[in-house]
Amino acid sequence: MTEMISELQRERVYKLVLGGTRSDGRTLEEVRPLTIEKNYIKNAEGSARIKLGNTDVLVGVKVELGVPYPDTPDSGVLSTGAELIPMASPVFESGPPRPDAIEIARVVDRGIREAHTIDLKKLCVTPKEKVWICFVDIHVLDHDGNLFDAASYGAMSALTCTKVPASKLGLQDYPLPIQHYPISVTAAKIKDVIVIDPNLQEEQIADARLTVATDENGDIRAMQKGLRGSFSYEEVNRVIGLALKASEVVRAKIKA
Amino acid sequence: MRIMEDVEHIEKEMKLIDENGLRLDGRKPEDLRPIKMEVGVLRRADGSAYVEWGGNKVLAAVYGPREAHPRHMQDPTKSLVQCRYNMAPFSVTERKRPGPDRRSVEISKVISEAFDSVIFTEQFPRASVDIFIEILQADAGTRCAGLTAASLALADAGIPMRDLVASCAVGKIGDVICLDLRKEEDNYGDADMPVAMVPRTGEILLLQMDGHLTLMEFDKAFTLVKDAIGRIYEMQKEALRTRYAVTAEEFSDQTENQPYENREVGQ
Repeated sequence: MTEMISELQRERVYKLVLGGTRSDGRTLEEVRPLTIEKNYIKNAEGSARIKLGNTDVLVGVKVELGVPYPDTPDSGVLSTGAELIPMASPVFESGPPRPDAIEIARVVDRGIREAHTIDLKKLCVTPKEKVWICFVDIHVLDHDGNLFDAASYGAMSALTCTKVPASKLGLQDYPLPIQHYPISVTAAKIKDVIVIDPNLQEEQIADARLTVATDENGDIRAMQKGLRGSFSYEEVNRVIGLALKASEVVRAKIKA
Repeated sequence: MRIMEDVEHIEKEMKLIDENGLRLDGRKPEDLRPIKMEVGVLRRADGSAYVEWGGNKVLAAVYGPREAHPRHMQDPTKSLVQCRYNMAPFSVTERKRPGPDRRSVEISKVISEAFDSVIFTEQFPRASVDIFIEILQADAGTRCAGLTAASLALADAGIPMRDLVASCAVGKIGDVICLDLRKEEDNYGDADMPVAMVPRTGEILLLQMDGHLTLMEFDKAFTLVKDAIGRIYEMQKEALRTRYAVTAEEFSDQTENQPYENREVGQ
């Protein structure tokens, strides 16, 4: 998913961040405006359409009955998929998910799973036989940078409004048991400058990327470094600090 | 056996159309569901549109004319028109497995063909006009809603066309011809016929039918759907006007006060 950026643009974006401002007028540590619209799809058990600046992501959660994995016979199953549909960017093409889509799905999945976001034990119907399976499908509609965070905010927002359709078994529907609210924040390193929540242009000229997911106790739940460049230990610490600060605002919005 | 069938038939009819001739959602047979159209909703795409049509939520995006891929598909005399109709996994009650199935491949094909004849393809040799239709939420009639949205997205992308394309479906519930069936009606109805037309000339660009219609019923159905397409055409034009019509004052404000480079910044 390489996109061309002209040398002039590259120079301009770099000069801006060097001076402490950005092409969209933000400070270096500021997350773009986040809007969340929950329950966007009525046929889904949970859904959310979120906009992070101009990046637009729709996430739907379907909850269906299925067979548990043999090694976790009394736990429900979480399955996350991401589609970078060709609508969202001139460089996305149709076809089976490519490595970049799989990476996004897996990073989001890990963030949710490793933080024990959902109490999967409460999704068991009959051990070894029947459990609820949560399919989280991430649909990227408009790509203007930082899909990792947009996808993860979308997934978390959709999960918070998901109902388990227990009425299919003659029981009462109940909300998905959410235990934690991990929030991922991504930083990009452009030469020696670190910016939070990179937009598309910044992403295009970034040397390195670091995603940090933190929970409501201020603990780190997941990290993922990407691209060819490197971070120093001090830089990693700085990113963690910035991620903690930014995550509080985002968490409040997702919980609301 | 015969009696059983009749009983079933009557039950069905009573459920879908009440004694006053009104449908489940209170519509008369010739009424459309509420429709909302918005043009220019995506940033990256060259053109885009969003259509809410009853319980359907549909996004369409257009890219191009751009280089056709794979290259051996290129036509030196005209551009290709390639449509991809796709349903999101969460758009339907039972989760749909992602990716194209036989149904969506067929729908993509008929929609591509419908647009091929209105776009001035000969102006863009070796290129491709790519249309992407995403069904975010489905409630019967998605291909018509998708086609209607795609037409707006093409106009938004500035693709030269002979006219907009408008589309609507008509069906039969019991023996009543009804416009624009919703899901319950489509599941238990007796016929469904999606139609797309060039409203200005009356050319039919897409016509599919399943179920059972007598010749007279077909005639009635077609009259109804043609009228509906006219109404949808007006809504399309209105949506484009809403997006693009500016007063002279607004126009001069925009051009005077904003240097070109900064126009997109901070919006």
